[in-house]
Amino acid sequence: MSNLLDFEKPIAELEAKLKEMQTMAEDNDVDIHEAIISLEKKIDELKVNTFKNLTRWQRVQLSRHPDRPYTLDYIYEITSDFIELHGDRNVKDDKAMVGGLGTIDGKTFMLIGQQKGRNTKQRQMRNFGMSNPSGYRKALRLMKLAEKFGKPIVCLIDTPGAYPGIEAEQRGQAEAIARNLKEMFMLKVPVICIIIGEGASGGALGIAIGDRVLMLENTWYSVISPESCSSILWRNWDQKEQAAEALKPTAEDMKKAKLIDGIIEEPMGGAHNDFKFITAKVKDVILKETAKLEKLSPEKRIEKRIDKFGSMGVFVE
Amino acid sequence: MAWFTRKEKGINTPTTQKKDSPEGLWYKTPSGKIVHMKQLKNNAYVSPDDNHHVRIGSKEYFEIIFDENKFKELDADMTSADPLNFKDKKSYLERLEASKKKTGLKDAVRSAHGKMNGMPIVVSCMDFSFIGGSMGSVVGEKIARAIDYALKTKTPFLMISKSGGARMMEAGYSLMQLGKTTAKLALLSEAKVPFISLLTDPTTGGVTASFAMLGDFNIAEPGSLIGFAGPRVIRETIGKDLPKGFQSAEFLLEHGFIDFIVNRNELKNTITTLLRMLQN
Repeated sequence: MSNLLDFEKPIAELEAKLKEMQTMAEDNDVDIHEAIISLEKKIDELKVNTFKNLTRWQRVQLSRHPDRPYTLDYIYEITSDFIELHGDRNVKDDKAMVGGLGTIDGKTFMLIGQQKGRNTKQRQMRNFGMSNPSGYRKALRLMKLAEKFGKPIVCLIDTPGAYPGIEAEQRGQAEAIARNLKEMFMLKVPVICIIIGEGASGGALGIAIGDRVLMLENTWYSVISPESCSSILWRNWDQKEQAAEALKPTAEDMKKAKLIDGIIEEPMGGAHNDFKFITAKVKDVILKETAKLEKLSPEKRIEKRIDKFGSMGVFVE
Repeated sequence: MAWFTRKEKGINTPTTQKKDSPEGLWYKTPSGKIVHMKQLKNNAYVSPDDNHHVRIGSKEYFEIIFDENKFKELDADMTSADPLNFKDKKSYLERLEASKKKTGLKDAVRSAHGKMNGMPIVVSCMDFSFIGGSMGSVVGEKIARAIDYALKTKTPFLMISKSGGARMMEAGYSLMQLGKTTAKLALLSEAKVPFISLLTDPTTGGVTASFAMLGDFNIAEPGSLIGFAGPRVIRETIGKDLPKGFQSAEFLLEHGFIDFIVNRNELKNTITTLLRMLQN
């Protein structure tokens, strides 16, 4: 593991030491059984202490962990077949936004999400998960396609934001996002949105209007990233920890504020520690929630979707 | 040596008697033209010499739109709470108090219904002077309720946007106001009630990425800055200078996101004509 966060390092060091001791115990006839047990115990305690008391900034760091599963990791793991569909039928195929039809336990879904890259070349190709208007328009095209053929929609959200560039403005980044919000409210099929990593502002919301909006345990979803918030309100980039505390952008915070519907628990240490665990969990949630939503009529789902977002906010009268 | 010597020592004008400079007698436009305030006011705050549109607020827009400045305000007393107990260098509550005191407003949007050239209309108008016209729960809710009112009474809805985007101090709550306002617009659209979105200087961020871009007619005042990302963010991201006129109303017209640009002194009559055509 080369991609360790600061607070992951002490655990990794102890784990390396444990491995060393285990090899030593096998190779030599020395009895260090007890020492091994006590070290294992120590590691478990350290893990619990670290991960049960994560600060908001640490969760933001986990949400961006370079080893974390990305959209296509989930899609390929939970579908038995997946056919990716490309292009917005207008100007291009945005590679920061992926989507296509896939089968989960014999049932067809339209799966859509922002995609990040694993290495420099991929990251560049995926534009760091920052979509241009073509990405949002592709996503909407696929949603309309799903609606036409009566297939439920799953959106996986993982973006540091919609791309702020010259071409993005020329082609109407704001219009593309706004259009998606409006159209998603009226979709006749069930829509499940899951924040799997970063949920940055309008860029995230652009595919996150759903009957269920869920967040993985170690993700963030807010109007701005802690870094950008720090740069605007504190006029420097160094108050990101403080900004993260102020924004309250974690799954727990957002659930408490009644801005999301639920939290999906991650394995100890975060989603990247156990792909199988987290993908199985996400698959399970998708199937269960879809079954519940399919019991309602399309009109009822739309009404509830609109009412839910309509009641968000706190004010004094 | 000074030419004049001051006889009285220490001039102490009480604050209450000091004159606010924009309320002064003369206004100087960015291109250097001097206009008499009265002339400016009679021309919908547009400088006659260079067509400069002076930044105005809901009070002035209501004067321009509503016949004889007669209107009924909706949800006039709604104010912001501080659900996140937000604090940066200053606390959010302090910022709110300071803004209320400075502007005499309750928050960054006001809604009202009345008559425009005899025709009923519902208007929501943002005030940039209140925390940069930023959208938090109050702005979202007041716009949503204005749309509800338009929907219930089948009255055309005019949204006048002027905002830096979502209000950071309400974080997640602010973001969801994009959803809330858009949901109501989806219903308004289904009911075929006309929605005119007027984008004024500046309209950026979450406001552009929700209701402001969703008009049956998107119209803008000349020279307004309109965009998703702010120019500074784009410049920093791409590391290049931005082309001249980038993100101006004229730029948006050229790229197909605005139906037309309208001078403010022609605004009322133009949208009246437009709505009449839909009715005939």
